[in-house]
Amino acid sequence: MSEFHYIGKTHPRPDGPDKATGRALYIHDLVRPGMLHGKIKFSEYAHARIKHIDTSRAEKLPGVRAVITGYNTPQIRIGFIKDNFALKKDKVRQFRDEVAAVAAVDAETAAEAVELIEVEYEELPCVFSVEEALRPDATLIHELDPKERPRKDNIVPVPWKFTAGDVDKARDASAVVVEDYYDTPLILQSCMGTAGCIAEFDLMNNLIIHTKTQIPFLAQNDFNAALADMGLQGRRTRVIVPAVGGSFGTGLDTHAYEYIAILLAYTTGKPVKIVFDRHEEFTALSPRQSTRAHIIQGCDSEGRLTFRQMRMVLDNGAYTSWGATTPSVMMLPVSSLYRVPNIHFETTIVYTNNTYCQAMRGYGNPQAAWAIESNLDQLAQKAGIDPYQFRMTNANVADETTPMGLKITTCGFKDCLESVARELDWGEKRGKGRNRGRGVGMASLFHVGGAARVYRSDGTGVIMKLDDFGHVSITSGAVEMGQGFTSVLTAATAEALGVSPDMVTVIIGDTAICPWDVGTHASRGAFTACNAAILAADKARQKVFELAAEHFIARVSAAMKKRARKEPGFEGPDLDSIGTLSVSDFDLRHNFVFLKDRPDDPLLRVPLEELLREAHYREQGTIIVTEAFYDPCHEMLDPKTCRGNISAAYVFGVQGAEVEVDEETGKVTVLKFAAAHDVGKVLNPQTLKGQLYGAIVQGLGYALCEEYKTDRGRSLNPNFLDYKILAAPDVDFPIHIECIETDDPKGPFGAKGVGEPGLVPTAPAIANAVFDAVGVRIKSLPITPEKVLAALRKRKSGGSNVG
Amino acid sequence: MKKRIQFTVNGHAVAVKAESHQMLLEVLRDTLHLTGTKYGCGEGECGACTVLVDGASVDSCLYPAFEIEGRKVTTIEGLMGARNQLHTLQKSFVENGGIQCGYCTPGMIMSAKALLDETPHPGADEIRRGISGNLCRCTGYVQIIESIAKAAEKEQGNE
Repeated sequence: MSEFHYIGKTHPRPDGPDKATGRALYIHDLVRPGMLHGKIKFSEYAHARIKHIDTSRAEKLPGVRAVITGYNTPQIRIGFIKDNFALKKDKVRQFRDEVAAVAAVDAETAAEAVELIEVEYEELPCVFSVEEALRPDATLIHELDPKERPRKDNIVPVPWKFTAGDVDKARDASAVVVEDYYDTPLILQSCMGTAGCIAEFDLMNNLIIHTKTQIPFLAQNDFNAALADMGLQGRRTRVIVPAVGGSFGTGLDTHAYEYIAILLAYTTGKPVKIVFDRHEEFTALSPRQSTRAHIIQGCDSEGRLTFRQMRMVLDNGAYTSWGATTPSVMMLPVSSLYRVPNIHFETTIVYTNNTYCQAMRGYGNPQAAWAIESNLDQLAQKAGIDPYQFRMTNANVADETTPMGLKITTCGFKDCLESVARELDWGEKRGKGRNRGRGVGMASLFHVGGAARVYRSDGTGVIMKLDDFGHVSITSGAVEMGQGFTSVLTAATAEALGVSPDMVTVIIGDTAICPWDVGTHASRGAFTACNAAILAADKARQKVFELAAEHFIARVSAAMKKRARKEPGFEGPDLDSIGTLSVSDFDLRHNFVFLKDRPDDPLLRVPLEELLREAHYREQGTIIVTEAFYDPCHEMLDPKTCRGNISAAYVFGVQGAEVEVDEETGKVTVLKFAAAHDVGKVLNPQTLKGQLYGAIVQGLGYALCEEYKTDRGRSLNPNFLDYKILAAPDVDFPIHIECIETDDPKGPFGAKGVGEPGLVPTAPAIANAVFDAVGVRIKSLPITPEKVLAALRKRKSGGSNVG
Repeated sequence: MKKRIQFTVNGHAVAVKAESHQMLLEVLRDTLHLTGTKYGCGEGECGACTVLVDGASVDSCLYPAFEIEGRKVTTIEGLMGARNQLHTLQKSFVENGGIQCGYCTPGMIMSAKALLDETPHPGADEIRRGISGNLCRCTGYVQIIESIAKAAEKEQGNE
């Protein structure tokens, strides 16, 4: 297919009108008959033994239908390594631990009842930093592992280690070496629509749960296991996903509140809704991990990278989510961003009594890129090489295999570097604005772009159904959470099948209807589902052409006869001369079936819907429904060596900024932002740019102001007044986006994934620009005025470039 | 204390019973089932619950229900014309990528409506100020600002 009809063109998203008019239904808007409202009682200590829970006063409150605790319900183990429980018994390990829950006739009564639950605790010593937690005599957060064996330390048993070449040798041979520490804070995904679910059971004790998730089918699996824990072996779960008010990684795990709603629904026999208020969203949902990276990189005298060593420590908090696998993604840039022959990477994930963490958009890559790309500028500076030239020298190219075994197919890295340098006027501006407090900086990214084999399957299914009006329904198990999935799947279906986009309806969000999908994560939704749509469309076209072989001439002939009756003297083409037609003679485009070798003859074509009616309205008829399961051609990481080509394609990108730093206040003002991303192929320019603009602004929040602050494990800023995300007036500078099309052979129509990359290099790009502007390097996010001022003062008092 | 209050919603007169501690947001969502107006924070920090009261944009989560007596409320549902005709702003958000997850959208559009009623031809900075109380986590605001600017242009064309 050389020329596309719908791909690459802007199509308004199909869910737009419902969302613009308030008709879209989010979990908050759903009501089930007889529905009760659930509320959770959270821990009042960061680490304590539960001595006694008195629920008697809550139970007596009129309107209360159930009060549950870990003592009067079956124990349900949850989490990535099952070190967490839906309701805590014996001990709490963080402030947000769920100790009891209530179901009542309305939300007010439920909230009142929760206040009446009295819990007696015995405080335990706490650890709130990884340093404390790693001390040999540190209090154990978990005395037993999930298999109930005694534990000796606070290290989460999910180690990640990757080695290639010989880092020590390379270090000795390097002309220039730099070493530093880089920190990132906890930040919250901050979805505008808070988390929530409604759980209910049918009369056969099957579970139906409406819930905000990115993994309907894996959640189904988790909930089925919970049903078994509840003694309901063999009962099944149906997961229904309503409109999702933003997710950004929050839906990659199943959460305690979902299991609590399930327990309450089973206890009461009624649908039970739990929806977080904003305070709960801030305090009881898992943020992105805080990290400390120790990085050492070196290069030879020509500026060619010789080695990279990174040791990353993650504060896991009290329990383990899928977030513990983020180092597998950190490993991607560590091993494969630029050509680096010698690599050493290892992580330590540490239990503390802080809130437990989960993944957020970028999945560890932002933390890794922060260290690598800041440190790379330090290395370039020490080597006396312009950081843009330094990056050009070391940039990856197409068709190379990285030390981790990642097979780079297409690569627009150098184009991205050039684009950002051009847009920022790099040659004119770099190193020349210091007298005015102005500077430019850039940073690069590397990420999966062809899905990722995180689980044994990276598959997704679609079902394509054609009705007798030529309408096409495509059913997918993926989740629309705002990213524009339904928009690109519509365009891909239309393009691959040969119908116009207005004929296509995307059906999603119900495990009872939709075919299996591993989850909407790893920037994989468009890549996998559009590839599946292409496969299903091929099958449907085949069936349509089988119908055409049988009915085409008859339909054309009937149409010509009809026309001849209306227009005396009309003479059509000689149909007898066409001869017998076979499947391979046809094409389908713009809702019409026509002859491949006579595409422009308006008389020799039949509307698709006519052929479909021919199929339906006859004896021994047929319907056209096809399915496809697409699982990309890639491999899981070898658990021992951490090698393996985990994605079918990879993306590169570069972001840069011009900033102005006020030396009086330390305030960093972005004057201009430029981003260039290798996207493979633009599927829908509008939704693609929307993904990038949105991610960049999230990345700028990470760079400049977002920090989820805690004091001894307790949240200090659980609201949007104190936890600042950027508002419209903060984005008052131009953001230039260039999409580099590299036409990946594995991508649907050449496209690669773009959901996450947009926020990966943003923070180091800003830090590098700040360094260019005022000569201080900030090494912990966010880059607040206080930190910049402190660094400027330190420099003035004779300190080095330390922030 | 419970009280009967009368007011106008989207051109229709209504009478509801409300408690003294209830806010307009609850009355709209729970009593009148107008769920287009969203709960975002309950503290007036995010703007998801923005509606118009006598033409001015307010955070309905902080607007006491009792205060609504005799006033005219317009919600996102009231912006549509006859036969589900989308308002210029709604159409513009759909066409110009102003919507992603959509959760902030109703509040964002109501703030934009208040802005354009007051300032029919706003500059980009005026638009940014006009929606400064409405947080969005998905879009980075760029296409929202474009949507509002293009709606203003279209309205100008219609004048």
